Amino acid sequence: MPLIKIRDLHFYRGDRAIFEGVNIDIHRGKITAIMGPSGTGKTTLLRLIGGQLRPDSGTIEVDGQDVHKLSRSELYELRKRMGMLFQSGALLTDISVFDNVAFPLREHTQLSESMIRDLVLMKLQAVGLRGARDLMPAELSGGMARRVALARAITLDPMMVLYDEPFTGQDPISMGTLVNLIHRMNDAMGLTSIVVSHDVTETAEIADEIYLLSEGKVIEKGSPVQLKRSSSQWVQQFMQGLPDGPVPFHYPGATLAEDLFEQEESA
Amino acid sequence: MIETIRSLGRWGLSSFERLGRGHIFLFRTLAGVPELFFRFSLVVHQLFSVGVLSVFLILISGLFVGMVLGLQGYNTLVDFGAEESLGVLVSLSLVRELGPVVSALLFAGRAGSALTAEIGLMKSTEQLSGMEMMAVDPLRRVIAPRFLAGLISMPLLAALFSAVGIFGGFLVGHGLLGVDDGAFWSQMQVKTDWYDDVLNGVIKSIVFGFVVTWIALFEGYDATPTSEGVGRATTRTVVHSAFAILGLDFVLTALMFGEE
Repeated sequence: MPLIKIRDLHFYRGDRAIFEGVNIDIHRGKITAIMGPSGTGKTTLLRLIGGQLRPDSGTIEVDGQDVHKLSRSELYELRKRMGMLFQSGALLTDISVFDNVAFPLREHTQLSESMIRDLVLMKLQAVGLRGARDLMPAELSGGMARRVALARAITLDPMMVLYDEPFTGQDPISMGTLVNLIHRMNDAMGLTSIVVSHDVTETAEIADEIYLLSEGKVIEKGSPVQLKRSSSQWVQQFMQGLPDGPVPFHYPGATLAEDLFEQEESA
Repeated sequence: MIETIRSLGRWGLSSFERLGRGHIFLFRTLAGVPELFFRFSLVVHQLFSVGVLSVFLILISGLFVGMVLGLQGYNTLVDFGAEESLGVLVSLSLVRELGPVVSALLFAGRAGSALTAEIGLMKSTEQLSGMEMMAVDPLRRVIAPRFLAGLISMPLLAALFSAVGIFGGFLVGHGLLGVDDGAFWSQMQVKTDWYDDVLNGVIKSIVFGFVVTWIALFEGYDATPTSEGVGRATTRTVVHSAFAILGLDFVLTALMFGEE
């Protein structure tokens, strides 16, 4: 039984359809990537899974519980078993790295400070930032901030971690570190990982299964190898990063000749 | 014409929707207040940034307002040979009106705008969203302590404003214009009533503190999460707070002193 089961998901922003009948299964212990062009609602999907948004129709089940039928306290209990890595890191800017990682423990447990210290140092050790524990978030680079956020996301030893665009805007070294960390943590901690991204190379490197989304629908799903061999032109364009194809280079509008001709006429 | 009516309708609907959101926000915040008595350190931290950091502004403003009252009051009273009543004029003006109102306006500009900007930026940098995903309710953890801090700070700041203002009035009245100090203080003590004047002033400042902090926090929480959105929300906090303070002041004054 999959850890997350999404069935016939419909979600609209105003009149614009973000999802129209999406079905996704996220299997336990695997890294599942949700990929697609910018604006396809990948981050929205994570917010729907986390219960921060409500679908217009359809269901999202996490570990057998329908997320949107839970009471507030039940949803919060479920969220304690979910970690989420935001694109910006979302670290609390007025407290140190150490206090950020300790935050969920202090809020949800009655552990002593010495125990909290040990746990926080272990989590920071896992992301290689034990030495940076006294820094403030403003003193961290983008990659370091994301690693601290990752340490915070796993502080409560969740069953799953949702990654929102973890590789965006990273230098090659940070990118490599993050790819390695996501992979290593998934295996070492027995996590289930959902990676939302449009960085094809890095994501394909670690994903067990990829779902490709576009225009509110799942266009293709499969292992990275299956997707690379797909006969769909759209999939090939996305996976190889081709500038033109089924997704046109030019924004829809009148042809160049029509535009030029119109200008000449009006002159 | 039809379009004008439509946009008026849209504006009306969105205004009521916002009003509804504001009240739900308030009720959920108030629900988080009782548990703060077990985690009072969260409130203490906010008391510093909301209250203590506003003290300097309040003291300086109070002193100057009191000094101006002393000057203006003396010039009017001296024509009637009633300059010894200066203490009464200064104290009643400050305790009943200027203390609560001016300190609330200053509080909205200093602490209210800072609260809106802080909460708005926390929203735009996904800190509030991040807390929700960590199963921590930002209304209880972030908003409620700030709300309680605003509620506690405002009457104390208004009291400081009035006290320093009276001292400013005395400095000018006695030190500069030569009003008898005994008459200044004794007439003030006789004519200023603890319940009718001081307590009513305190009630006003509690109401203003409640409303200003509510507006400031809601504007931040409801801000569009962009730099422009946070900027607009901060402006709205100051403008709406000013309207609310002045409007409520009239209503409260009518209720408290209308019968006299």
